[in-house]
Amino acid sequence: MSAEVDSEGPAVAAADDAPSLLGKGGHGGVGDAVRAYLQRVRGGDMGPLPAVGGLVVLVVIFAIANPLFLTERNIANLFTQAAPLVTLGMALVFVLLLGEIDLSAGVTFGVAMGVFVKLTQPGGMAWPLALLVALGIGVAVGAFIGFFVARIGVPSFVVSLGLFLGLQGVMLVIIGAGGTYRLIPSPIRAIQNQNLPPWAGWTMLAVVLALLLAVALLDRRRRAASGAPNPPASIMYAKLGVIAALGAFIVFYLNQDRGTAARSLEGVPIVVPLVLLILMVGTYVLDRTRFGRYIYAIGGNTEAARRAGVNVTLVKWSAFVVCSVLAVVAGVFTVSKVGSADAAMGREIVLSGVAAAVVGGVSLFGGRGRLVHAVIGATVIAVITNGMGLLKFSAGANLAVTGGVLVLAATVDALARKRSGATGV
Amino acid sequence: MTQPIVELRQVTKSFGPVDVLKGVDLVAHAGRVTALVGDNGAGKSTLIKGLAGVQPYDGGEVLFDGQAVSLHHPREAARLGIEVVYQDLALCDNLDIVQNMFLGREELASGTFDEGRMEAEAARALQTLSVKTVKSLRQKVASLSGGQRQTVAIARSVVKKATVVILDEPTAALGVAQTAQVLDLVRRLADSGVAVIIISHNLQDVFAVADDISVLYLGTMTARLVAKDTNPADVVGYITGTTRMTEVDA
Repeated sequence: MSAEVDSEGPAVAAADDAPSLLGKGGHGGVGDAVRAYLQRVRGGDMGPLPAVGGLVVLVVIFAIANPLFLTERNIANLFTQAAPLVTLGMALVFVLLLGEIDLSAGVTFGVAMGVFVKLTQPGGMAWPLALLVALGIGVAVGAFIGFFVARIGVPSFVVSLGLFLGLQGVMLVIIGAGGTYRLIPSPIRAIQNQNLPPWAGWTMLAVVLALLLAVALLDRRRRAASGAPNPPASIMYAKLGVIAALGAFIVFYLNQDRGTAARSLEGVPIVVPLVLLILMVGTYVLDRTRFGRYIYAIGGNTEAARRAGVNVTLVKWSAFVVCSVLAVVAGVFTVSKVGSADAAMGREIVLSGVAAAVVGGVSLFGGRGRLVHAVIGATVIAVITNGMGLLKFSAGANLAVTGGVLVLAATVDALARKRSGATGV
Repeated sequence: MTQPIVELRQVTKSFGPVDVLKGVDLVAHAGRVTALVGDNGAGKSTLIKGLAGVQPYDGGEVLFDGQAVSLHHPREAARLGIEVVYQDLALCDNLDIVQNMFLGREELASGTFDEGRMEAEAARALQTLSVKTVKSLRQKVASLSGGQRQTVAIARSVVKKATVVILDEPTAALGVAQTAQVLDLVRRLADSGVAVIIISHNLQDVFAVADDISVLYLGTMTARLVAKDTNPADVVGYITGTTRMTEVDA
């Protein structure tokens, strides 16, 4: 920071020769944009970079160690295994950005799914209605935590820890110790066990790309209309090109027949477009609406947000509701994968969800991180679980490695904070 | 002199048995810098919080452009164009300059942010203040120096056509060069037609930038002076209560 202070002159020239600030900072050529990005990375704002690197390394290691890892069937399996964790990680981002935490997200979906599965037993409720009840439980739990955190001022760690214990009790009451209920409704079973037809997979990719392009073009139109310069179009197309290539590769891979000789099995698992929908809508909300911006602002400086007129209580409250409702969706994916609900459901996954977000580059201190970071972090954890399972490591070794990765990621986060404080970038 | 943009008449404020403001008058004119000085506990902060609508006055009158107005909520103050730049810089480190300048009053187009418009308006606001020390509008505030942060905080107040800007100790934490830079900015802010009220303990700064000086002493306004007609020694006398009011101007 000292270098910057030195460069500031005491006097500032008169108004007429002040240059326009527009168009500075990453809005020059491609080179400028790349340089700005490298500078950010050097300054400690690495985002998901370590996680992406780690992911590549893990995939290479597992692919070499076990030829089964990269088979179509295992990759498809990886997607369905990762879906609940990815969704839970995204749910937690909403509260982690506030600098809060929700330790009860896992058991929240446990309770919601316990109720759902029980309600939809033969002779019970229609599944869409039961699903609404389950989501309603998410709203209720989120509102409960939000009330104590945002209105009363109890630390979220304590409130959600209390719920973590209490809701396990509720689970035992609903399901009974040692009890298990089979998941009956076939549409819910289909989410994790059926696939899109190959053409639908390609359509999904096309729709995603079209939406991204439309939003990017709308942005550029608006900026141009206000006289703000746009970053070079080539960067936008390059980004979209990377996403298109990656998406096409995955869709192509998943569209290969991975079944047996007797029964063919192909296509993108149904859960994938659902997760993508949550990712895209959530990112849109966080980046482009007041609610999202205020979540970041509160995570950065609550008092500043309050003075700027932000309704801090309401925003925090809503964020906890969003978190719990998305957690219930993660529960739907879990129960669809497992096929049944028992009293221990969701008890362990919540810490993996926090780990997923942190590994992906979401800061536990609040104010820093994006939904896609949670997706990447969850994928890292899912790859570790999947790969080590294939290599016949014990569950113990798996947990130890996951824990090590988490500590490593948290260390990177802490160092990044320190460094960004020091270099001022 | 012309009609003041803001005039306080005999405002009072008590906290329980303690009378913090005992009938204070204050005026601020468009295009002029009014310094509000006084020792700790004189009631400066209370006076400002009332003007910002954060802590309404118990009694007295507030005239805005000659009209009696009510100031019971920050929103009412904001509607009149009264902006406060707080001492402990109310900025979010994790947001960039544009995001901070528009926090709480983002420009929307069909429900989502109109980033282009915000960026253009932020650039315009900084340009009217001739700010040249900021490299990029999309720089995170965490990366700015103390003087630059103060600049953003002040620019934040003018992005929405402020009529009165209240600065609470804007130079308290700054070095010599940065102080000069911020005072320069305060001057330009007033020159652009805004009524500026600046609270400061530093008389050197006060005399460098202020047109009028109002002195609070234990909840009463003991002096209203024109800066060029007085001197630091007299002002110190008023602040410490050893000199009594001899002249009221304005």
